[in-house]
Amino acid sequence: MLTFMASDSEEEVCDERTSLMSAESPTPRSCQEGRPGPEDGESAAPWRGQDGEEDHEEDPDHYVCSGVPGRPPGLEEELTLKYGAKHVIMLFVPVTLCMIVVVATIKSVRFYTEKNGQLIYTPFTEDTPSVGQRLLNSVLNTLIMISVIVVMTIFLVLLYKYRCYKFIHGWLIMSSLMLLFLFSYIYLGEVLKTYNVAMDYPTLFLTVWNFGAVGMVCIHWKGPLVLQQAYLIMISALMALVFIKYLPEWSAWVILGAISVYDLVAVLCPKGPLRMLVETAQERNEPIFPALIYSSAMVWTVGMAKLDPSSQGALQLPYDPEMGGVKLGLGDFIFYSVLVGKAAATGSGDWNTTLACFVAILIGLCLTLLLLAVFKKALPALPISITFGLVFYFSTDNLVRPFMDTLAFHQLYI
Amino acid sequence: MTAAVFFGCAFIAFGPALALYIFTIATEPLRIIFLIIGAFFWLVSLLLSSLVWFLAGTITENKDGPVQKYLLMFGVLVSVFIQEVFRFGYYKILKAKRPSFPPLALRRRGYGFQTFSSLCSFIKASEGLKNISADETALSMRLLAYVSGLGFGIMSGVFSFVNTLSDSLGPGTVGIHGDSPQFFLVSAFMTLVIIMLHLFWGIVFFDGCEKKKWYALLLVLLTHLLVSTLTFINPHYGISLVSAYIIMVLMGIWAFFAAGGSCRSLKLCLLCQDKDFLLFSQRSR
Repeated sequence: MLTFMASDSEEEVCDERTSLMSAESPTPRSCQEGRPGPEDGESAAPWRGQDGEEDHEEDPDHYVCSGVPGRPPGLEEELTLKYGAKHVIMLFVPVTLCMIVVVATIKSVRFYTEKNGQLIYTPFTEDTPSVGQRLLNSVLNTLIMISVIVVMTIFLVLLYKYRCYKFIHGWLIMSSLMLLFLFSYIYLGEVLKTYNVAMDYPTLFLTVWNFGAVGMVCIHWKGPLVLQQAYLIMISALMALVFIKYLPEWSAWVILGAISVYDLVAVLCPKGPLRMLVETAQERNEPIFPALIYSSAMVWTVGMAKLDPSSQGALQLPYDPEMGGVKLGLGDFIFYSVLVGKAAATGSGDWNTTLACFVAILIGLCLTLLLLAVFKKALPALPISITFGLVFYFSTDNLVRPFMDTLAFHQLYI
Repeated sequence: MTAAVFFGCAFIAFGPALALYIFTIATEPLRIIFLIIGAFFWLVSLLLSSLVWFLAGTITENKDGPVQKYLLMFGVLVSVFIQEVFRFGYYKILKAKRPSFPPLALRRRGYGFQTFSSLCSFIKASEGLKNISADETALSMRLLAYVSGLGFGIMSGVFSFVNTLSDSLGPGTVGIHGDSPQFFLVSAFMTLVIIMLHLFWGIVFFDGCEKKKWYALLLVLLTHLLVSTLTFINPHYGISLVSAYIIMVLMGIWAFFAAGGSCRSLKLCLLCQDKDFLLFSQRSR
């Protein structure tokens, strides 16, 4: 979900622009006070976000000032382009960081590439002799996984509709507890094993306890924005690593494809669960769930003097009209990182495939943001990026890799 | 095959590109986006050329012998051609996307910062002229030429060299079977020259397209083909590497003049007197 807020504060041009904001009526999309931006983020324990987070919704606080008197129209377009570009970069950076963490872990810690069983949600094994059987098993695994996700999402939407907030908050707290303590403990253990570093139990306890406790506070309550963003990136990376480890190969690819289709349907269809969730939240004028959306800036209710006290965990600073921000659901982070991580894990040690998938995902994200600026409504972030990523993974692995390997072997340069 | 080799070769190959990125591109989000789009275009061109090579390979069906070598050469030539086509395609898309580009008066201010001298002046100017830049579009075609050239170059360099680099961290002895022991070093220098060449080709190419100087496009294509075919003789690094560097210097000089630099601006930049120059040119606006 993307939320464009009021302009940012870089140059003097911005001052002129914000002062023009108050003088004249903004475009029809001007802010609706009291709405800190519809966020999305429901869903269940291990699927911390793929359901809610693919929602993209533009906060109506986006001021696209067109036709301001006294300004050449080209300049206006240029300014809009610049602010749009800033928002794109504000999402590129965390997505890139998450992918870097995942790829670095995959390439160095062998634990996450070893096969040690599967999740119960993908019960069919892929160790079958025939290709057809393997394909069938992976499709069945995908069907089971997707149906679990759908059921969980609908359950969450129903809970939200019938205002069972305590249940939802308890659920979210349980899942972030598990991620922040258990999964990070396992991760730390594996990293220490890889580098053969000994750590005594008291130090380990202190480290994990501090990491987890600060994470819980930052994500569910208040904390510095950068710390909150860092924790969200880390838990997305941890979740992606779990998926990379426990999803069998073909199932992972089919699941990635299927979940982008599901994302598309759930967000855009009138009766899609995610769309209903967003609309319910909008009707009630409240933020949905903390801790499942990555936000690149604090949530503001533009034009209002008081701040929304239930805004997600951000520091309460005085109203600054020049803060801008965008939001992206954590599920998007997770599945982007799963794709790139799988490319790094199975690409036979090839970095070209990983890089190609990385660039493809960034371009997909760029296109999605462009569409968001055009359509100005909730958009799923997965389909375009995952499609590009999958296309580039398979084509780079099968076509480009032999070509580049042969070229490098003969030291030919193109 | 040590960390020294890894870091040394990595910085030789990617150091200048990284410096260019940090100092000129990383500060502006729009440039980063155009850089990534340029990299994407190069990637798609590589994909197409691999497809052509693969199809040619399956058609000939001969898995051994000199046919494979000829097939590879054919693949390289086709790839160079497709890369230039995609460069042209990127130019067309950028041109269509921004129908208005800055008037000539602004261009004469040397705002294009693709060359090092105008780079220095630009960085110094960007602080000084900030307040006056309200009327000016920050995205001239020259800037886009620079960014796209760099995007192509970075992607090309990374794809050529990163697997070799990661192999250099592992165990092994270079040249134990009679190959050259300077494999890594030469590959690093070759990658560097390719990155810089792509940068200069981008500038010259876009300038040629803008001013309808079609011979510039042809020359870019020919020099690209020349550099790639020179690598066919590759264990004889003297010829291929040195001539690639000579071509890079020549293209660099051409790109410098195409981007609006002049001997005077270069001299002023090197003598650190260009602040006055820019203030002067601003006054004469």
